[in-house]
Amino acid sequence: MLNLTLSHFLILGAILFAISVVGIFLNRKNLLVLLMAIELMLLAVNMNFVAFSHYLQDISGQIFVFFILTVAAAESAIGLAILIVLFRNLKSIHVDDLGSLKG
Amino acid sequence: MDFQTGVFYFLSAILIFASLRVITARNPVHAALHLILAFFTCGGIWALLQAEFLAIAIILVYVGAVMVLFLFVVMMLDINIDRIRQGFWNYLPLGALLGLLMVMEMGLVLGSKYFQVPAAEAMVPAGVSNTKTIGALMFTDYVYPFELASLILLVGMIAAIVLTYRGPKKSKYTNPNQQVFVKAKDRVRVLQMPVEKD
Repeated sequence: MLNLTLSHFLILGAILFAISVVGIFLNRKNLLVLLMAIELMLLAVNMNFVAFSHYLQDISGQIFVFFILTVAAAESAIGLAILIVLFRNLKSIHVDDLGSLKG
Repeated sequence: MDFQTGVFYFLSAILIFASLRVITARNPVHAALHLILAFFTCGGIWALLQAEFLAIAIILVYVGAVMVLFLFVVMMLDINIDRIRQGFWNYLPLGALLGLLMVMEMGLVLGSKYFQVPAAEAMVPAGVSNTKTIGALMFTDYVYPFELASLILLVGMIAAIVLTYRGPKKSKYTNPNQQVFVKAKDRVRVLQMPVEKD
């Protein structure tokens, strides 16, 4: 029997989420690391889902994690494709260079 | 402290270290590699929670597909790191303060004794396959969301291809329209030359 409680896993998820929020704060200029921080956030959410699914004995939580994985994979594929097109047009991915649509 | 608790703390320490390196690494390649470490460790923690299918799936899907894509893109782009790191340290105090506040608040809420599951007997009985259970539920109750997920993947694939496709500029190809309307005099030219003698 696990001596670990639900709180252990939830607090780990909370720490991960806070780290990725701080990462979004720090790397505002870097689109690549922003995408990675979003992936970390999704990981923290998935951690909560799996922990609840285990401790409440409900397998539906794990199925939702599966769907989140699917959506995250599609999201990162499209995000990276947009990044490639951006780099092709601007020769940089600096956030300050993205103001060309501004009037 | 029993063995599983020790494993949990060991893996959590690696996970937190790796995610801290993801957000602070100077080189984006290092950030991507540490993110791979984070996903791997997370797979271990999920195996500890008896979610074997997801533990394998996150390694196959994330480490095998998504992070390889990330690494490809990171290495293809020519990034000016010094310019991108401008103002990195300016926001560190505020960001760290906010992060600590978030962790403290959530820790107070989630760590309280009122937040515990009453029945701690959360053990999967022996002989029950996690993968089989997920599969049985996914193809009965969640069959429409499952179809929708496949549609999302299809849309993602088409969008990525359409966004980055540059058209067949480099290759030679025939134009059937011009091919149909071609005449014999466009192809053969009869020359009148004087006969040359030795």
